[in-house]
Amino acid sequence: MASSYDYDDGPYDSRPYPSSAGGQQGGDLGYDPNFVPDSVKTFVVHLYRYIREKNVYEILQMYEGSFQRLSERMFRDSPWPSVEAVAPYVDNDHVFCLLYREMWFRHVYARLSPTGRQRVDSWDNYCSLFSVVLHGVVNMQLPILWLWDMVDEFVYQFQSYCQYRAKLKNKTEEELQLLKQYDQAWNVYGVLNYLQALVEKSMIIQILEREKEGLEQFTATDGYDYQGGSNVLKMLGYYSMIGLLRVHCLLGDYHTGLKCLAPIDISQQGVYTTVIGSHIFTIYHYGFANLMLRRYVEATREFNKILLYILKFKQYHQKSPQFDQILKKNEQMYALLAICLSLCPQTKLIEENVSAQLKEKYNDKMLKMQRFDDEAYAVFDELFSYACPKFITPSAPALEEPLINYNQDAYRLQLKLFLYEVKQQQLLAGVRNYLKLYSTISIAKLATYMEVDEATLRTILMTYKHKMHAVDSDGKIICNSDLDFYIIDDIIHVIDAKARKLHGDYFLRQILKFEEINAELDRVKLD
Amino acid sequence: MGREPQQQVSFTVEQLVAVNPYNPDILADLENYVNEQVLSQTYNLDANLCLLRLYQFEPQRMSIQIVERILIKALMAMPAQDFSLCLFLIPEQVQMEERFKTLIVLSHYLETSRFHQFWEEAAKNRHILEVIPGFEQAIQAYAIHVLTLTYQKVPRPVLAEAINVEGLSLDKFLEYQAANNGWVLEKGSSRTQQLVVFPRNEFNHPELRKNTADGIPLEHVTRIFPVLV
Repeated sequence: MASSYDYDDGPYDSRPYPSSAGGQQGGDLGYDPNFVPDSVKTFVVHLYRYIREKNVYEILQMYEGSFQRLSERMFRDSPWPSVEAVAPYVDNDHVFCLLYREMWFRHVYARLSPTGRQRVDSWDNYCSLFSVVLHGVVNMQLPILWLWDMVDEFVYQFQSYCQYRAKLKNKTEEELQLLKQYDQAWNVYGVLNYLQALVEKSMIIQILEREKEGLEQFTATDGYDYQGGSNVLKMLGYYSMIGLLRVHCLLGDYHTGLKCLAPIDISQQGVYTTVIGSHIFTIYHYGFANLMLRRYVEATREFNKILLYILKFKQYHQKSPQFDQILKKNEQMYALLAICLSLCPQTKLIEENVSAQLKEKYNDKMLKMQRFDDEAYAVFDELFSYACPKFITPSAPALEEPLINYNQDAYRLQLKLFLYEVKQQQLLAGVRNYLKLYSTISIAKLATYMEVDEATLRTILMTYKHKMHAVDSDGKIICNSDLDFYIIDDIIHVIDAKARKLHGDYFLRQILKFEEINAELDRVKLD
Repeated sequence: MGREPQQQVSFTVEQLVAVNPYNPDILADLENYVNEQVLSQTYNLDANLCLLRLYQFEPQRMSIQIVERILIKALMAMPAQDFSLCLFLIPEQVQMEERFKTLIVLSHYLETSRFHQFWEEAAKNRHILEVIPGFEQAIQAYAIHVLTLTYQKVPRPVLAEAINVEGLSLDKFLEYQAANNGWVLEKGSSRTQQLVVFPRNEFNHPELRKNTADGIPLEHVTRIFPVLV
């Protein structure tokens, strides 16, 4: 069943993962935490200076560029020098040390395999860092990419810890001891409350509200503060809304997740689109939540938009350390789109290029899924397992009983409920295929064709109507299907659903094209 | 947290859920709120989801009885998908309990519009369902909702089966609906004795549906403004 589901304890699958997965710190390579190479010295001194000067451009260069380069060159298999060794070069500045440690741990997660101890220490670091920010004493401007990475990493490490904690079978005695001793580390209440606190303390919801009335500049300044203030709390608050959506999806609470995201209007550009990582993660989780809530049209629409965006712009991000991430999410969203379209076929919502890509990747699978037989369920299972978030069990482990691995429990539950929903829609595809061929047909006749009795057919028709009309977040009923009908007594009337030629759109495109051609011709004449 | 009068408690609970939902201390308040929803025939999805989440975080504090009540209330909220939303948060082993399996079966019948089987099964489990006032009416409202989505004119027997009302009670029911909700009773074709005509809505009368597909969004038109100048 869960064949392609990969609950590897490693980070995002694409990051290099050394085979010495015993959780070593790279100690066997002679790692000395106190040795600070000159390049690192220069790095921290400059970074510290730029942060104090609020020189965001330079900070970004160092964060995005130098840090990656140094990691690649010097710290492929070992951690960066410890924060204690580096502190003297930066006046032992408390906040800088917290930031440095955050990057230190992120590096360990990305390139090495964190030990239980390191996971717990990272939690402590985040607690300290967020406490400092929440007390409002941080007066810095940081690149929003960095702030996004912080929240992203925070949620990721939480997810990773839950999985680590749930695999009890092969743990050593000392690892179990650690779990028992530090049972507060990465506890779900803490994680959720920090994110919630960031949202509240930053007053980001009120800021976004006021912005709609023109009383505040936030999106226009890309989240930066040009009046000499600090953007850290505001941006962390903003990204925490997305963080809350993610955590709720991991718990299986899609409704609340979407509510947390509600202050951000995703039908428009916003600060969340500035950093491509945040854009993709937001839409991925938004779409997934809508899929589980049976709002197929909404999910399809958003997936279509983001996939088109990635298609157009991915070449510009090839150098980014997040590139592999982007590609992985891209593939997952195509799988989710394939699922949406198999459950609720649409003709008009998908843009051509996206449609072409989709056909290339999933045409066979989609045909199989639409047959709704046993093979179809296997394909639904496979795609869901590939594309879903890594669900977690938030409760603390029972360390006394026979030790088991229960890290897959949450995933299995979500998969089971999803397939249950798919099964309930089994007969609808058959109805759809027949109704496409008729404008009116009697219930008796259709029942004969479908080889069921009339009463059963009536229930199938009502099920179709029910499943295709989802209740959206405002309680309104929206129709998801492009094929609709109504019944008078015992005759079914199919509503004409011929795809209207989009004349307006066609003309617009041709006008623009001709303008381009005219411009070209003008240029030729002048030569 | 003193014992405040009935109305003030629910107001406070809603505030709690909005402001401080990730807090193990509000668990008891949320449980009381569920019982209150049952008694006063009100319903609050957010508070119930909040409670199910807390149960997820601390499984040892879960009360099977409260979860059962939440699920029944969620069933009553159909066509909204609240029942599935609740199931997403309840661990698999718990869902294996006999009473939950029954509720899942009932939900299945409702989701697939098998009203006849639903009422049969519900009759067998009266003891679970009678505890929640308003259950029958809520399900009947859902059944009517699905019927109005599907039919312009529905044969009387189909309606009767869906809402589990027959004979004189059905006559009275139809009279009431005709007087208050615009239903009309007609003579049907020779086979069926009576047809019930539902009020027109956008789902059973396609011409009432506002067709947005033909419109062109403004932003597309703005693309050619440079050309028009």
